[in-house]
Amino acid sequence: MENLKLKVEKLNFYYGAFHALKDITMPIYERKVTAIIGPSGCGKSTLLRCFNRMHDLYPGTRYEGAILLYPEGINIVGQGVEPLYIRLRIGMVFQKPNPFPKSIFENVAYGLRIKGITNSTELKDRVEKALKDAALWEEVKDRLKENAYSLSGGQQQRLCIARAIAVEPEVLLFDEPTSALDPISTARIEDLIVELKSKITIVIVTHNMQQAARISDFTAFMYLGELIEFGPTEKIFTNPEKKLTEDYISGRFG
Amino acid sequence: MDYKKAERVFSAIGIFCVWFVLIFLFSIAVKLFIDGFHRIFDPKFYISYPSRFPEEAGILSAWVDTIYIMLGAIFWSVVLGIPAGIYLEEFGGKGKIARLIEANITNLSAVPSIVYGLLALGIFVYRFKFGESILTAGLTLGLLMLPVIVVTTRESLRRIPRAIREGAYALGATNYELVFHHLLPYSLGGILTGVIIATSRAIGETAPLLTIGALTFIAFLPPPPWESFIEMLKSPFTMLAIQMFNWVSRPQEAFHKNAAAAGFILLVLCLLLNSISYYLRYKMRKKYQW
Amino acid sequence: MKIEVKKKLDVIFKGFLLLTATASILVTVGIVVALVEDTIRFFTHPEGGGFPTSLIRFFTETEWTPTFISKKIGIWPLLCGTFLIAGIAMAISIPLGILIAVYLSEFASHRVREAVKPWLDFLEAVPTVVYGYFALLGVTPLLQWIFAKFGIEMHGMNALSPGIVLGVMILPFTASLVEDAMKGVPQYLREASYSLGATKLRTAFQVVIPAAKSGIIAAYLLGTSRAIGETMVVAVAAGMYPNLTLNPLEPVQTITGYIVQVALGDLPFLSFEYLSIFAAGFLLFVLTLFFNLLAVYLKSRVERY
Repeated sequence: MENLKLKVEKLNFYYGAFHALKDITMPIYERKVTAIIGPSGCGKSTLLRCFNRMHDLYPGTRYEGAILLYPEGINIVGQGVEPLYIRLRIGMVFQKPNPFPKSIFENVAYGLRIKGITNSTELKDRVEKALKDAALWEEVKDRLKENAYSLSGGQQQRLCIARAIAVEPEVLLFDEPTSALDPISTARIEDLIVELKSKITIVIVTHNMQQAARISDFTAFMYLGELIEFGPTEKIFTNPEKKLTEDYISGRFG
Repeated sequence: MDYKKAERVFSAIGIFCVWFVLIFLFSIAVKLFIDGFHRIFDPKFYISYPSRFPEEAGILSAWVDTIYIMLGAIFWSVVLGIPAGIYLEEFGGKGKIARLIEANITNLSAVPSIVYGLLALGIFVYRFKFGESILTAGLTLGLLMLPVIVVTTRESLRRIPRAIREGAYALGATNYELVFHHLLPYSLGGILTGVIIATSRAIGETAPLLTIGALTFIAFLPPPPWESFIEMLKSPFTMLAIQMFNWVSRPQEAFHKNAAAAGFILLVLCLLLNSISYYLRYKMRKKYQW
Repeated sequence: MKIEVKKKLDVIFKGFLLLTATASILVTVGIVVALVEDTIRFFTHPEGGGFPTSLIRFFTETEWTPTFISKKIGIWPLLCGTFLIAGIAMAISIPLGILIAVYLSEFASHRVREAVKPWLDFLEAVPTVVYGYFALLGVTPLLQWIFAKFGIEMHGMNALSPGIVLGVMILPFTASLVEDAMKGVPQYLREASYSLGATKLRTAFQVVIPAAKSGIIAAYLLGTSRAIGETMVVAVAAGMYPNLTLNPLEPVQTITGYIVQVALGDLPFLSFEYLSIFAAGFLLFVLTLFFNLLAVYLKSRVERY
């Protein structure tokens, strides 16, 4: 039986007057990969960005309902919950690789530094560990001082993953992490995601249905801001309950 | 007339206009150089105080005061301008306060410099009792530079992609961590360029300093700041541009030579500062290609 | 560091940023307070006849002599000098500005543009007192020599030569604003014109410039505002004599020139002379503000495509 890590309950989200997410209710299970799929503009990235309160950076956004983070069951989008605290526990990897224009080492160490770790041996060890976990260590171990922008796109994205897992988050959010990458880099990142789930709960937004089918354990299908169907990936892809899901999966729209 | 010919004629007119402007600039430099030749290469010119006798007059107090005043001006404009630019670009949003400040800065940048002089005379000199001092002069030029600094700070920040900000926030960075660890280091080149450009404009400013009572005959230097910082700030002042104005408005032609020499030095100084800022901008463009 | 501490630091940090941003508002308030308060004092001062006599004299007398024993406070000579010189400057700056902008943005090669731009920028950074020197000792003698050929005498101090120098001085500023306005015209309008067989020249003058009209007018309004507010060129080369004339060969005084002239003397706080430069400055401030706001308004209603 799976343990709950996150629970979305009657979540509504607004950009100003625009009702972007409507009454979303779904579970996210611990140490599983949950994929969110749907046509563009369906609100899947918007939902993902609720999990670490990214929307707080922009004015005119509003949450209603709850996203409970377990084991304590605190409401992520609740009043008085500190986004900084949430973001230390829930990491994020973005659509396009966005390393800082600093050295490779500093990129990975950054999250640790702002967490207050100053001991240089500890920093080194944890950077190394993160880079190894992100399957990047062998490629960069001799050039840690080089600027992160000297890496290829796929390497940059793995560096961003290393940067996110260095602080040992409980949940890691992926926002279409391979949409800007070539097929080989994409495959490496997919492998990495599957490996990471032994330690971390993963939520991934993807526009690529095959990717969702390959790597996820659970799949949520969204359409026009609503959650149409949620279930084990296998079931969604082979025997969906809703007609809309079936039409989308079989490529009739989207 | 066939259009190829018409276009060539127009291009010729265009080139002529550009050349007219460039020759104009060039002849200013040449005129100053020729008129001021003897004084430019006269070492005594740089180490003498002003004097009744044109051949003995120099710019010692002028350039020393210029340095103190410009340091003050840079201090005020940086301390007030960079954080203000950061606020407007990053945190102001589309709120009423931010919009008001923005419109206000646009208007301030178009206010004639002499009006800043009246502000300084009415407020700093008489109401705040700062006197006709280096402090007042630095503060005045600092305020004059402020809009330029704010605008260039914002422009440099705008060049940093949003993804960098989101990346830092997603790791749990606070606003000040984002600013000090990322935004400032990545935009420093652009901001520095703005500071240098603003400095080069302020260094030649004359009008606002005349209204706050710049002296043209100062035969002493302010006490060095490491001996008495306060006394230095309270000291009366002159500046290169002021000295030049004084010399050019005298009837005796011999003083005009001094004016030309001072003008040439100012021109070279401005050219130097502008070149540095160009070089920096070029460097930074290469360093951060997003 | 604990999150609570960080959060507090963050609030302080943001407060500091806001505080510095509001400093600019204080500067504006300071300008307005200093100017308005002393302007009111000027108009209520007994030496000007007190309010409202002084205000009537301000707009009806034809001489400006607040520093003399017999005080006349008619603003027209100063306004006349100011607009005469600004007019000459704009007569230089408007045609040259358009020509240079069109040439650089539509005709010149990339290399020419890159080579010319820094020098145009530098023209803006040249200290204005240097321009003043050049107007007085470079342009005026040259003009005197030319006019002498035609038997016309020209004063050593006059409106023409600072006007010309001022025109060239604000040229880079206006030309680059005009260029910006032309850049705002979408490429497809140009392409539409070319596709109809129009030449580059026709496209520039009959499509691009009309389409960028508001922006170009705004550019010239800002240029005018600069010319009105410019001080040192006129203080050095135009003379110190408030003269109600439109003859560009005679000495004139501008509002800015008057402020400099009085400021050079010793100014007892709140004396009539002291107050008069604030009244003049207030007028200058209002004039330039008017031109700037008009420019902002025009820019804001630039045609959207």
